[in-house]
Amino acid sequence: MHEGMKISIRNGRLIDPASGIDREADLHCAEGKVVAIGAAPAGFQPDRTLDARGLVVCPGLVDLSARLREPGDEQKATIASETRAAAAAGITTLCCPPDTNPIIDTPAVAQLVHQIAARHGLARVLPAGAITRGLDGSQITEMAALKEAGCPVLSQGDRPIRSAQVLLRALEYASTFSLTLFLQPLDADLSEGGCAHQGAVSTRLGLPGIPEAAETVAVARALALAEQTGARIHFRGLSTARGAELLVEARRRSILASGDCAIHQLFLTEDDLHGFNSNCHLLPPLRTAADRQSLRMAVAEGAIQALCSDHQPHDADAKQAPFPETIPGISALETLLPLALRLVAEGVLDLPTAIARLTTGPAEVLGSGSGSGFGRLKPGRSADVCVFDPAETWVLSPETLVSHGHNTPFLGMEFQGRVRWTLLGGRMVFERSGTTGAAAAPPRHQSN
Amino acid sequence: MNTANIQLDDAGHLKHLLTVEGLSRELLTAILDQAEGFTGVTQQAVKKVPLCRGKVIANLFFETSTRTRTTFELAAKRLSADVLNLNIAASSTSKGETLLDTLHNLEAMHVDMFVVRHAASGAAHFIAEQAAPHVSVINAGDGRHAHPTQGLLDMFTIRRHKGGFEHLRVAIVGDILHSRVARSQIAALNTLGAAEIRVIGPRTLIPDAAESLGVRVCHDLREGVRDADVVIMLRLQRERMSGALLPSAHEYYQLYGLTEERLSTARPDAIVMHPGPINRGVEMDSQVADGPRSVILEQVSNGIAVRMAVIAMCIGTQNLRGPGGEGTYDA
Repeated sequence: MHEGMKISIRNGRLIDPASGIDREADLHCAEGKVVAIGAAPAGFQPDRTLDARGLVVCPGLVDLSARLREPGDEQKATIASETRAAAAAGITTLCCPPDTNPIIDTPAVAQLVHQIAARHGLARVLPAGAITRGLDGSQITEMAALKEAGCPVLSQGDRPIRSAQVLLRALEYASTFSLTLFLQPLDADLSEGGCAHQGAVSTRLGLPGIPEAAETVAVARALALAEQTGARIHFRGLSTARGAELLVEARRRSILASGDCAIHQLFLTEDDLHGFNSNCHLLPPLRTAADRQSLRMAVAEGAIQALCSDHQPHDADAKQAPFPETIPGISALETLLPLALRLVAEGVLDLPTAIARLTTGPAEVLGSGSGSGFGRLKPGRSADVCVFDPAETWVLSPETLVSHGHNTPFLGMEFQGRVRWTLLGGRMVFERSGTTGAAAAPPRHQSN
Repeated sequence: MNTANIQLDDAGHLKHLLTVEGLSRELLTAILDQAEGFTGVTQQAVKKVPLCRGKVIANLFFETSTRTRTTFELAAKRLSADVLNLNIAASSTSKGETLLDTLHNLEAMHVDMFVVRHAASGAAHFIAEQAAPHVSVINAGDGRHAHPTQGLLDMFTIRRHKGGFEHLRVAIVGDILHSRVARSQIAALNTLGAAEIRVIGPRTLIPDAAESLGVRVCHDLREGVRDADVVIMLRLQRERMSGALLPSAHEYYQLYGLTEERLSTARPDAIVMHPGPINRGVEMDSQVADGPRSVILEQVSNGIAVRMAVIAMCIGTQNLRGPGGEGTYDA
């Protein structure tokens, strides 16, 4: 199936948060783009018609943080393996942090990521360029060149910029080129050595804690510097109620700040650490039930406009150690949409809002830097489409996982809602065959 | 998921000892009673019973320890077990071997029990999860989390002096934040029904959420030991004595060092405990440490009987499974 192919997706419930569409409507794609919603253009002869009766048709999902482990950590995962997982999860655009090896701090590495991703053609991979060289927190990168090389945003991954002076300069310099900085809201000193939320559970288990203030101090500092410079920042991975509150107050004062949270923060809490479950070792750490509730509210109200997977696939060894010595992170691409649908089932969000937090919300954060205007279904725009069955139930297991990372606390859980087809630029990059749940073979890459 | 569950077999017998938390009052009492039975053994001329003959017990110490390792070794030998002492800190891990590799290698040598000390909280729990089903794990201290045999030997010592726990006021003084000993003592005292547990120290050494452990927090030593039946002093690690947690050992002693004078507000028959080794002149005066109310050396001797009890109970649970595994011996 190639870009020139004409596809009609018929009879689905079409939800496009950007235009407010939520109704049964057909979607027609050709030449890699959406050509019509509703009636087909005169004389349109689809090469393939997909019957989406009972299914939801929405923009391909946009994930602001997914580690692909390539280059450098191919024993954990590769761009091929993880973009294949993304396609199976309905994610068509994803932003990968710069903490690869080598680090994405030069145009050459950014181009390498683009080239490998393009060769496999399973998802649009947008590398976040490093803010500082080697992520060392002191020397800023050639940001203009990184932007030119296809980095829509800049980030430090999970490494700190300890100096407020360096952060101030980085914000000023980045804003020269309208680049948004992704900042992990975690103070390096207050979180040093910690591996769990500082609270009742860390006290009981004797785990070194990361206080709430590790987040609020970092958020407050970054907001003050964003206000000072007028630069645009995005908090990548909020975890506390107070952190989200600070963001809301700042936005009220028109500071150019946005935020996301990893979707598992809306389900798991510090209590999930009992038994030293290393799959719940995360950074930022799982917080309290009250934080989870506040984050859910902030997502519902739009103060947190994007939900992301914060995908961090690991090999088994990374989690085979005493809890504090394990490496944090969840393999999370394939639970992004299912967990969002669980929020809908639990009445936290309605379905269009849930989809907005996975499409228009993150797309807006990537903003003009990303160029192509994805995250919406509109004639003339790239035909990135996710079609899912909201009723299908399935169980997350090592067999159903496409990602090479099996490190997820959700293994064995039943989910409702499953991707049927994923289109990237009009090409079918995922098709679930039959009801067996087996993933389609990866599409052949296209030689251009 | 519960830390306690994997410590018991299906019938509720002790299989591993990882933490005091989640163990019933009956089980804790049974361990203390068993230990009482073993004190006779440790005092007789031939200090051995054949309960664990043919069993291999490996002391896996990833952190250095003298007292705990030695008393575990003595306990195992008095039960007639064969003992392997592995000082891992100095061997395998420095060669890049993972904890799991070390474990599986020892399993291949048909070890029946691991006694584990490790700097990371949760290490013993991890090993118990990974070990073969016929192997028992005893936690000899994991990070800040738990040191259950220390907690139990302290309960044993308290019970010998006080008869029971119901009306006791217990003061625990010092670095609660980093103390696995304190966590195990608190869990044990709460399970055994102590009337009141107070933790005393400056805010930097008391976790914010300390009260959730079931204790009353107090920052003044005099107030904290008033009318106490038991005063437990915790060891202050040297690395905490300067920096941002405490200004100096001197000020710590001025505020929280136990002296005869400060102890005078405790009950006249109060006992003073310390898990050792003591920093004399920091946690307490020599006068108190060597004084009539000190039971510190008794704690050490009691450690042998309590560890014998725990080892014997876990091995006993293995034997209940029948002579299935290699090297199983029904005593």
